[in-house]
Amino acid sequence: MTTTETATTATAARGTAQRPTAAPDRTPRTGLLNGRFLAVELRRLLRNRRTVIFTLVMPPVFFLIFGANAGYRHQSVGHGNVTAFIMVSMALYGAMLATTGGGASVSVERAQGWTRQLRLTPLRPATYVTTKVLVAMVLGLAAVVVVGAVGLAEGATGQGGALVWSLLLAWVGSVVFAAFGLFMGYLLPAENVMQILGPVLALLAFAGGLFVPLGDGVFAQIAKAVPTYGVAQIVRAPLTGESVTGWAVLNVVGWAVVFGLGAAWRFRRDTARV
Amino acid sequence: MTFTETSLRPRAAGDAPPAIDLRGLHKSFGSVHAVDGIDLAVEPGEVVAFLGPNGAGKTTTIDLLLGLSVPDAGTVQVLGLDPTRAIAEGRVSAVMQTGGLLKDLTVGETVEVTASFFRSARSAAEVLGRAGIADIAGRKVGSCSGGQQQRLRFALALLPDPDLIVLDEPTTGMDVEGRREFWTALRADAARGRTILFATHYLDEADAYADRIVLVSHGRIVADGSAAQVKNLASGRLVSATLTDLTPADEAALRGLPGVQSVELRGDRLLVRTSDSDGVARLLLTSTTATDIEITARGLEDAFLALTSATAGSPS
Repeated sequence: MTTTETATTATAARGTAQRPTAAPDRTPRTGLLNGRFLAVELRRLLRNRRTVIFTLVMPPVFFLIFGANAGYRHQSVGHGNVTAFIMVSMALYGAMLATTGGGASVSVERAQGWTRQLRLTPLRPATYVTTKVLVAMVLGLAAVVVVGAVGLAEGATGQGGALVWSLLLAWVGSVVFAAFGLFMGYLLPAENVMQILGPVLALLAFAGGLFVPLGDGVFAQIAKAVPTYGVAQIVRAPLTGESVTGWAVLNVVGWAVVFGLGAAWRFRRDTARV
Repeated sequence: MTFTETSLRPRAAGDAPPAIDLRGLHKSFGSVHAVDGIDLAVEPGEVVAFLGPNGAGKTTTIDLLLGLSVPDAGTVQVLGLDPTRAIAEGRVSAVMQTGGLLKDLTVGETVEVTASFFRSARSAAEVLGRAGIADIAGRKVGSCSGGQQQRLRFALALLPDPDLIVLDEPTTGMDVEGRREFWTALRADAARGRTILFATHYLDEADAYADRIVLVSHGRIVADGSAAQVKNLASGRLVSATLTDLTPADEAALRGLPGVQSVELRGDRLLVRTSDSDGVARLLLTSTTATDIEITARGLEDAFLALTSATAGSPS
């Protein structure tokens, strides 16, 4: 049968052919979360071995480099030893890597045209962004757990509640960096956005005092404006027993607002009808 | 040169709203008028080719139709709804030219996740089967050929069982076999009565697969009719002759001949497109100084070029 014949018979048949009569329910789905979408996104995360390994291996390695000094086990920082102090810092770094990376993955999906394709479906953009953040937080939790396990094996000790609180705060606080990742993911067109953000995060970790103590010099003053500074202070507070300064809270809230508004601005632009 | 005998099927009184209703659409990007006054009504069940060269405004019109962008002027209605509403209800779906797929998902996962965006969707097995890719459900999208990826986009478009499917140059970059398989799948689906609008710059695709061809050029519709009507345009011949001076009187006489579609002078070569080549040749030989007369049959491509370039800047 030639193509022309196919066309002709098809046209003839169309006069009589009836569409299936059972009308599908066309009302758009409600609810912010979509379990199937979340499950597939988690599966994609597991499949992305390079990111998972990088995020789960780098922070424990840094911990071993900076924190595996036998002497640290016997130095106290208040409610725990120095090993524990370095452990929670690296847990925060790991969670930051995970959430920034998860947020920034929108850049790859933009480049592949997936976000545009999604606009041709009833999926709500808010569901998309929330799902990306949730998946990033799952990887962040894994990073915190791995650093915690390595830390405890290496002799991190402290009041039980203090350790748990610090690790929990490291995980929760990293949501600020999910916003940072989203902002950058919408801002930077590059497919290799993490190659830019990886070094940036390391720099922020250094400048905010996650890798080495800040001391009392000019760097300590600069550090107060760095996005990692406030989160680090809050994360360590249960362990050191020091009260959280107003400056640290201002730092976290300020950067959360900046990243959140930035992400929302770029997100709206991305989904706007122009 | 515009002719409008648009409706192939008489519209029943009190029937459903048009599948597509575009009125007075304008869209500019800077100083470029990508869409410069398009009116188009497509009735339910029609298979329409949106045909035009690259840059004619096809993709911009489709973006407006799908609610991806908003017109500077004019209105868009899809099945009587605002386009974003039609998308949200799954009444319209689209197959875009490139991209839109995640390389790290499998074909089956892509269908599965897209299905989850709709409250009710056809089964993955059904749409994969109809798109002819049931055998590669387990394959990574990144290792699928261009043709397979395009059939996956088509499978995704089938999920909500839409009343209208819009395809933007669906076979760009496919080999001949891929194109044929894609159109076979689409045509089989069209037989079920779905409204289909596809953009293409392949005239043979428009001719073979559409009931109606809408020719666009420079952001306007320059011809709109059945495939047969467009073929008629191409049935004429091109008469060319060497002529050093074409007087206005000669030109008027040529244009006045029955069947003459266009008269053009390129250097000292006169080109006349006509459905009656004998009449033109007779006139040229008897009342002008024309020499070296050649008569050639026009292909579809030539008709296409004539229609899409003739209107450049001259409102028809």
